[in-house]
Amino acid sequence: MSHQQVKFYQTGTLTVGNRLLDAAQRTVQATIDRSNSLDSGHRACQGCGEALGARYAIDTAMRETNNKVIAANATGCLEVFTTPYPETSWTLPWIHSLFGNAPAIGTGIAAAMKVKGREDVRVIAQGGDGGTTDIGFGCLSGMFERNDDVLYICYDNQGYMNTGVQRSSATPGGARTATTMPVGPEPGAEFDKGKNVPLIAMAHEIPYVATASIDRLHDLEAKVKKAMSVRGARYLQIFVPCPLGWGSAPAQTVNLARLAVESGIWPLFEGEYGEITSVTNIRKQVPVEEYLKPQRRFAHVVKNPKQLSAVQAIADRNIRKFSLLEEQE
Amino acid sequence: MFQVRIHGRGGQGVVSAAEILSVAAFIEGKHSQAVPSFGSERMGAPVVSFCRIDDKPIRLREPIMEPDALIVQDPTLFNAIDVFAGLSKNGYLLINSQRSIKELGIANAIKLPEDKVRLVPATEIALQHIKRPLPNAVLLGALAALTGVIQIDSVAEAIASKFPGKIGDVNIQAAKAAYELLSHNNQEELTC
Amino acid sequence: MLKQIEGSHGVSEAVALCRPEVICAYPITPQTHIVEDLGALVKSGKLENCEYINVESEFAALSVGIGSSAAGARTYTATASQGMLFMAEAVYNASGLGLPIVMTVGNRSIGAPINIWNDQSDSMSMRDAGWIQLFVEDNQQAVDIHIQAFKIAEALSLPVMVCMDGFILTHAIEGIDVPDQKQVDKFLPSFTPRQILDPENPISIGAMVGPEAFTEVRYLAHQKQKEALKLIPKINEEFKQIFGRDSGGLISTFNVEDADTVIVTLGSVIGTIQEALDEQDENIGALTIRSFRPFPLEAIRSALKNVKRVVVFEKCFAVGIGGIVANNVRMALSGTNIEVYEVIGGLGGRPITRKSLHKLFKDAVKDNLETVTFLDLKKDVVERELKREKELLQSGSVAENVLRDVGVVNAAKTT
Repeated sequence: MSHQQVKFYQTGTLTVGNRLLDAAQRTVQATIDRSNSLDSGHRACQGCGEALGARYAIDTAMRETNNKVIAANATGCLEVFTTPYPETSWTLPWIHSLFGNAPAIGTGIAAAMKVKGREDVRVIAQGGDGGTTDIGFGCLSGMFERNDDVLYICYDNQGYMNTGVQRSSATPGGARTATTMPVGPEPGAEFDKGKNVPLIAMAHEIPYVATASIDRLHDLEAKVKKAMSVRGARYLQIFVPCPLGWGSAPAQTVNLARLAVESGIWPLFEGEYGEITSVTNIRKQVPVEEYLKPQRRFAHVVKNPKQLSAVQAIADRNIRKFSLLEEQE
Repeated sequence: MFQVRIHGRGGQGVVSAAEILSVAAFIEGKHSQAVPSFGSERMGAPVVSFCRIDDKPIRLREPIMEPDALIVQDPTLFNAIDVFAGLSKNGYLLINSQRSIKELGIANAIKLPEDKVRLVPATEIALQHIKRPLPNAVLLGALAALTGVIQIDSVAEAIASKFPGKIGDVNIQAAKAAYELLSHNNQEELTC
Repeated sequence: MLKQIEGSHGVSEAVALCRPEVICAYPITPQTHIVEDLGALVKSGKLENCEYINVESEFAALSVGIGSSAAGARTYTATASQGMLFMAEAVYNASGLGLPIVMTVGNRSIGAPINIWNDQSDSMSMRDAGWIQLFVEDNQQAVDIHIQAFKIAEALSLPVMVCMDGFILTHAIEGIDVPDQKQVDKFLPSFTPRQILDPENPISIGAMVGPEAFTEVRYLAHQKQKEALKLIPKINEEFKQIFGRDSGGLISTFNVEDADTVIVTLGSVIGTIQEALDEQDENIGALTIRSFRPFPLEAIRSALKNVKRVVVFEKCFAVGIGGIVANNVRMALSGTNIEVYEVIGGLGGRPITRKSLHKLFKDAVKDNLETVTFLDLKKDVVERELKREKELLQSGSVAENVLRDVGVVNAAKTT
């Protein structure tokens, strides 16, 4: 890892403090001269994980590029709550075209910068899981295979939240959504379905792939920084809890993100050109039930031993597959 | 306006033939239009192409219904489609074959004077010069001799512009060989 | 320079002369030669300062174009038929965002049933999307109008589609005077975007607009097209000054001054129509619509005001009602007593012949035409299929039955 790993052993609060670090290791958000690319005044829900993730990611990219980033945004929560007509909370050049074409818009912007000799200007294309894993998937794969110089960021809250919480191919087994309602013994979203886009990105052998979570913002920023240090197609999927869609308390957003990582549900890794280069170890594996309980979308799962063990099996498999419990030197 | 319809099978250069003919006419300062007709594009499937030549701009874009000259690059087509449809009574007919009209079994289908019909062993001439059974350039050389609608030198220049280098050279040789063959035949008949 | 070249090749040369900066297209018959040529021109270095991108679909192609145009690059793409529909969302998006993209449409029919040959259904499917739609009659115009298109697009900040009949024009080899770079540079200045994604001056493009403002935004799009009604002839005049040809404008007319009957059409069929009209001696003229969107209501009304009857000949139709172009022409002639006949022909590449046109003309002057006529319809084939459908519940696929009937498919029916 390129940054100083900080282990927090705290009692009481769940804050991740900057004051224990020296200035150079603090987050971009800790500095007064951060670009505030996603400025205050947006209309996100209280406790929105996506707003947090986007702010950290984009400001980091801006710092790395001397404030020369152009962003393309898919239709979705992020686009909607940041541009309530007639206002915008974006202070960088930003375009929203369609739901399914953000990666292609990114490709086009990058091509324009190249032809104009402005490759110092970098491009970020971003969207939620719906716009990324489903409707934008074709364009995403195309951007990957061409190795276009675009960083794609997927803010994964595991469903189509903006339209009322419907199932996407990122929705985990057991989750209740408006289109996957649990009935009787049947789970909400079915198990054994879904797409792992970070692994699909790895299969495209692009220069950099990483997963991140808003529970560890230094790590998130480090990954964005790493992504901006290379050229070509890059992919970052950030785990962002959605209180409204998940039926969780807004104040629990960061904690849920942490529990997702610590249970093995959301593995954190980096990869380059198709090979895994780093993994974030779990200090102490947390049973999935602790992660599921605060979310009403999993109420059904928690009461159903068969579904609960199915979720546990997914977490266990991730831990095994990514060697999350093995000690790193 | 002089309208040429070329019949063949996919892979025999039917479309190129129309193009080269149109370029030959262009070289002579005429207006010309070459269009392929699009059936299935498989090798071996029947293909038709059209070329119109005129001294004034060409506006017409319908398929050539009444050709002034018909080129048949593949005699096996006689059983497959009505190749002769619309052939003008004063039209010319050029067939790629070593056999005679009678032997091909089409004597009844053709109602043209003898001097308007020529059978040319184009595939054989092509094999000799180009080493490939591509009769299109050969037949254009023959067309120049038979109809005079374009000059052989224009055909040669047109071939060179589409196929530069050695490929063009051997095709030109083949076209000229056919031209000589037919001119010689014409001469003989005149003296008969 | 006068050259004997394929229409597609002429188009690629014309586009290259316009100094595009980003070209992004997905191949589809009959546009492939255009994009292949442009790819070769960029690769060889003959077309400099241009990024050529191979994408995974038409939706991606136009989306990449939206990104590059919004970032200030002169952008070009091309499509046809199914590809047009696949990018439909992006087509509306491009005009809604006011991006001056130029796109060639190699007019081809839309399935099902799948058909690769020419008709104008594809352009027509996007007639309400807010793009400027220009139709060309021959390959000289194809070359000239692409050059005009960039200027029109950038002057209005609106995308333009240049529509040329697939195969009939794209694959026809004819004499074309290809302009030289000096002339084009004189006519077409470098691209100054109305809006641009630029870190120096950040803006947000593509925000949501609610009920309180949406109508006004859409009305302004309508107004912009109406502004184009003046701009298109103006740019055509400028073009004429430099290149010496009248290739554009809103309409063109052929012997309409004293005509009782006028055939109204679009695209390459006008060539055959003019030939046929010259072969007969009824008092019939023709009018070609060059700008279909914006639709030149005034120009058409004015050109046809003394006419008794109009026959609109179109290579498309609105299923369930009749002609598309015809109904737009009716709007232009509303309030007059001019009879409008709708003739639908050339669908799926069916040839339009002088023979059929002569019969059509004869019927037209005698007012012996139905309101809607499908030219050269094989009535017996249609009757037989209708009979089959009446008799059998499981009558089979219409397309296959008709193909069998006309002899294209030989196999005997097994049921």
